[in-house]
Amino acid sequence: MRFLLRRLAHTALLMFGVSILTYLFASLAPGDYFDEMRLNPQIAPETVLALRAQYQLDRPLPLRYVRWLDSVVHGDLGYSFSYNSPVGPLLWVRARNTLFLTLTATLLAWGLALPLGVRSAEYLGRLPDSLVSWMMAALLVVPDLALALGLLLFAARSGWFPTGGMVSVDFNSLSPMNKLRDLALHMTLPLLALVLTALPLLVRHVRAAIADVLDAPFLLAARGHGIPRHRLLYRYALPAAANPLISLFGFSIGALLSGSLLVEVVMSWPGLGPLLVEAILSRDVYVVIGGVLLSTLFLVIGNLIADLLLYWADPRIRAEPGAK
Amino acid sequence: MTERGKLAKWLVVLGALHGVIACAGFFAPYDPLEQDRERPYAPPMKLHFRDAQGRFHTRPFFYPLRMREGSFDQYDEDIVRAMPLKFFADGSNYKLLGLVPSHLHLFGASRARICLLGTDGYGRDQFSRILYGGQVSLLAGLLGAGVTLLFGLGIGTAAGYYGGWRDEVLMRLTELFLALPWLYMLLGLRAFLPLSLSPLEAFLLIVIVIGLVGWARPARLIRGVVLSAKERDFVRAARGFGAPDGYLLLRHVLPETSSVLLTQAAILIPQYVLAEMTLSFLGLGVPEPQASWGNLLANLQQYSVLMSYWWMYLPAVAMVPFFLGYLGLASALQEWANPHKWK
Repeated sequence: MRFLLRRLAHTALLMFGVSILTYLFASLAPGDYFDEMRLNPQIAPETVLALRAQYQLDRPLPLRYVRWLDSVVHGDLGYSFSYNSPVGPLLWVRARNTLFLTLTATLLAWGLALPLGVRSAEYLGRLPDSLVSWMMAALLVVPDLALALGLLLFAARSGWFPTGGMVSVDFNSLSPMNKLRDLALHMTLPLLALVLTALPLLVRHVRAAIADVLDAPFLLAARGHGIPRHRLLYRYALPAAANPLISLFGFSIGALLSGSLLVEVVMSWPGLGPLLVEAILSRDVYVVIGGVLLSTLFLVIGNLIADLLLYWADPRIRAEPGAK
Repeated sequence: MTERGKLAKWLVVLGALHGVIACAGFFAPYDPLEQDRERPYAPPMKLHFRDAQGRFHTRPFFYPLRMREGSFDQYDEDIVRAMPLKFFADGSNYKLLGLVPSHLHLFGASRARICLLGTDGYGRDQFSRILYGGQVSLLAGLLGAGVTLLFGLGIGTAAGYYGGWRDEVLMRLTELFLALPWLYMLLGLRAFLPLSLSPLEAFLLIVIVIGLVGWARPARLIRGVVLSAKERDFVRAARGFGAPDGYLLLRHVLPETSSVLLTQAAILIPQYVLAEMTLSFLGLGVPEPQASWGNLLANLQQYSVLMSYWWMYLPAVAMVPFFLGYLGLASALQEWANPHKWK
């Protein structure tokens, strides 16, 4: 329990630090949303000044930060100039889509990486292993931008998959079965792009972790007892190799989150990515801050979950004096 | 193959690839900004050896493209006019490596343009633009990695060598940076800098932004190396003889970090090339008309381009050999640094 509390406090502190950092960066930036208005001869300078006063851009920095924190507490996360609404609700919708994509991709990537990695560790240095290694090397060489664009090109030219969006225009009029089908079709390419970029790293680590354990005496003994191969690998070897993999799990969420930003923009998936890019181009400061913070929060939560899993899986960590 | 041999092999491969990009002026037949408004989105031209009469030519030739009547992007080969390909041809002026003025090109043609990889919407030669764009993207990656490593080296060394509260503060800061998803951080940082810039300003800005985002991981690794290096017996001996900190660092501690630095460089450079491409692709990096691999690909964001002009995708293929090279180099460096671990 103390462990959990300490971790939570640590997380909160981290988020606080990140928020100050981003806010500071944002405020030190030259120019703001109303700069372009100032150049427009049809808008009186007084109007711009009044607008700036209305959005409190003329107040000193610490005061603005405190006011912004207050709006964060209320779930608003500041105010978007270009959408003319609080940032919070704007972000939630997008964040839901991003999370949906990222979590599915995480599950799928791990679901593929575990059997592939275990299989190559089992046949270390033999044909299945080198086959998998070659495949992964090939994937590693193709950068995510090229992969995403290539898939999009494929979709556009073959016409088998929709080239963007999350659902079709007539989504609401579809039957539940067709809705699912429509969503799945739209998701296939973004998912494929994400999973294929994440896979090589995961497979390599799973393989290394399992290969390390396979030489252990207890597994030799288990094999001597005639325990079936499948059970040996997944019930005996995998839990023993779980530690580094659980840490990697937390990391992989962050990597997929970053990767999903680009994939979302390329495939026009209505997630945080396109919103963020749009906000940057229009200098919509609070949306940018909110987007960065939210993605950080996801990553931190991912790491927290990984830590808790580790705590649950490994009694040695529980036994550490500092962690009780 | 020995570790050393592998390393040499990958270095040669990478050297050759970078050489081609560095001497883009020579290998590219045209200036990257030279437009041909008569031929927008012309498809890649084919080189022929056999002419319409079935005769074989040792010198490859091509047929210039002519826009089909009534269309705006359909071309036919003008098979009456066979144009021989000229090697070491005279062409537009350029400066080799930015220094030596020259107008010699590896290949070219007189009276008609040869566009091996097609043209873009302004009729600019895609092949030349990919080569010149590579200069921008690769240089951004190299310089960005340099900035990151310098930063990481400074912070990692300070934390590891001096320890105490400095270590504590710097490592907390490192954790903070590691906690941010890097692409979001990259965009966030870029968001707060001016949007419309001259190509050079934009380029330098991107290098700095990319360089500043990734320092946390190398800093952590270098701190670890420095921590163990400063407790080595020979370092303690030197300290016992009264060597000052500066001497100890330069002579004994920093050389220990060289293999980590090299491996990190091989990992970071392709990552940063990709970062530059991503920024330019999103319209936040190097602006047109300057070519970079990222903003060449940005054309694909238009649906019509995606549907009809597949050769606009080729810049994405251009970087694959570089990624392969750096990947091979990174693993060769790792083997070279600790040979016993990799059997």
